[in-house]
Amino acid sequence: MSAAASFKRAVLAYPAMLRTGLAAALAYRAEMVVWMLTTTMPLVSLALWSAVAESGPIGTFSQRDFAVYFLAVLLVRQLSSSWLVWELNTEIKNGALAQKLLRPVHPLWFYSAENLGALPLRFVLSSPLVILSVVFFDTLPLPRTLAGALVFVLALVGAWLINFFTMALVGALAFFVESSVAIYEVYTLGFMVFSGYLVPLDLFPPGIRAVAEVLPFRYVIAFPVQIATGALQGTAMLRPLAIQWAFVAAAALGALLVFRAGIRRFGAFGG
Amino acid sequence: MTRPAPAIDVRHLTKTYRVHERPPGLGAALRSVFKRTYKDVDAVKDLSFRVEPGERVGFLGPNGAGKTTTLKMLSGLLHPTRGEGLVLGRTPSRREPELLERITLVMGQKQQLLWDLPPSETFLLNRAVYGIPDEEYKETLSELTRLLDLGDLAKKPTRQLSLGERMKCELAAALLHKPEVLFLDEPTIGLDVAMQLSVRDFIRAYNEATGATVILTSHYMDDVVALCPRVVVIDRGSLVYDGDLDALVQKVRPEKRVVLRTSAPFPPEALAKMGTVVEEASGRVVLSVPSASVRDVVANALETGLVVDLTVEDPPLEEVLRELFAASKEASQAAS
Repeated sequence: MSAAASFKRAVLAYPAMLRTGLAAALAYRAEMVVWMLTTTMPLVSLALWSAVAESGPIGTFSQRDFAVYFLAVLLVRQLSSSWLVWELNTEIKNGALAQKLLRPVHPLWFYSAENLGALPLRFVLSSPLVILSVVFFDTLPLPRTLAGALVFVLALVGAWLINFFTMALVGALAFFVESSVAIYEVYTLGFMVFSGYLVPLDLFPPGIRAVAEVLPFRYVIAFPVQIATGALQGTAMLRPLAIQWAFVAAAALGALLVFRAGIRRFGAFGG
Repeated sequence: MTRPAPAIDVRHLTKTYRVHERPPGLGAALRSVFKRTYKDVDAVKDLSFRVEPGERVGFLGPNGAGKTTTLKMLSGLLHPTRGEGLVLGRTPSRREPELLERITLVMGQKQQLLWDLPPSETFLLNRAVYGIPDEEYKETLSELTRLLDLGDLAKKPTRQLSLGERMKCELAAALLHKPEVLFLDEPTIGLDVAMQLSVRDFIRAYNEATGATVILTSHYMDDVVALCPRVVVIDRGSLVYDGDLDALVQKVRPEKRVVLRTSAPFPPEALAKMGTVVEEASGRVVLSVPSASVRDVVANALETGLVVDLTVEDPPLEEVLRELFAASKEASQAAS
């Protein structure tokens, strides 16, 4: 009863929480721009791979394919990013989490609203890049079919949820260890290699591709990107979608369990 | 409806922290990577007390006595190691929304207001999170605005507010959902005297208007004297005193302070006969006098014709407490 009541309360309060998240993002707009710059790596990759592919296609990727691919990566990354791990790590250490724990709604709702509330601003700020690129490369990295658009939205939501809950899980390890940010660095390493963020997975040898299939990383970048570029279409989209949402469920469950165990150890330090 | 149940029922509450111990120095730092030594520290030890609905209780103790730890356990932030502290009949550490929406914790050194947004944003957020109906929200907010004299403060970004202004907004944010139990941890810390007074008045007015239960910690003994007829005193995690504030003063310091303003220097031998001189400077004499002989001392002093003004006061609470803690320290040393 209590969990259901709490859930209902959170859902009803969520629009207000999102509004506050947006207001906070607007207040921190300068910081937001800097953060966004740190996620423009795909543009570097784009320039790099375009140069490499100038004399002829690499694997199945022509120069233009690279452009479309990395623009889609940029878009997916901007719209599915979270920064919870740093925030949670800090708030557990300095005790600021206490203020969220005092309220009758699970803290993860607040954190999610803070992250999601910033998305509209990210979208607006990243749109000029996309428009410029459309002008230069004459392409829009978005699905062309209705089914594609539908699955793309689901895949984006799934990608954001995996990012968010993984960060919640790793961030909550700060309840147990001195700093959980170091642990997240390990995850980031896996992300760089296996997500398709730096190199399209199709360019890897089959062995590495097989490994990527069973790891979560591919489902936060490569999978939504493949839908955006049309590399995955029709019923072929469904299996990875199911796997992606299985990762969402696993990450959510893991995050909630670690969080619950961690709160028992919470010291609420700092006053 | 009669409610015989206490608002707060603390039974054998204990919180033990495991503290990682490390001597200073690089060698020790390296060794501690491989082998860590821990020490158990009791922040709160077998603490029991009850608070009835509507009471205002001062929660006192020196730094590190376990006051904040206790308040954090009672508001569900910390899990007790042993024992329990029921609040409104519920276990706080389970963090049930049904309890959380009926209590509040205000920490003078922490804030819930969003730093870069005006306090009104936090108010709106709390309205949603606590599910406060529109009408009730407007009513409560205008009442709090009046009592706290908020004016337009809530529209300025929090970071631009002074400490006192911020504290007022903190209180408003913490009370919008009309909590029945208030845990106030140093709500007046760092405030100037005028602001202290207005926060103090507000707490009393809120308690009287709503019948809410208030537990207050403060380093300013004036806050406690002005607000709390009852005090719970702890030292090193254990209960030292629980009862009437006046009775505490009587018990620890059965003397009164007689303060004289004189038109000419008082003969020293006359003073010595009346009581112990605590302070004497430029026409002002403070005497410590056993309660039983206050009447005689006052009569004698007035007879001299040298007294311009005379007041009888309790000794300052700080001194009473210092004495109480010294006694409890001696007792625990004797016991060990």
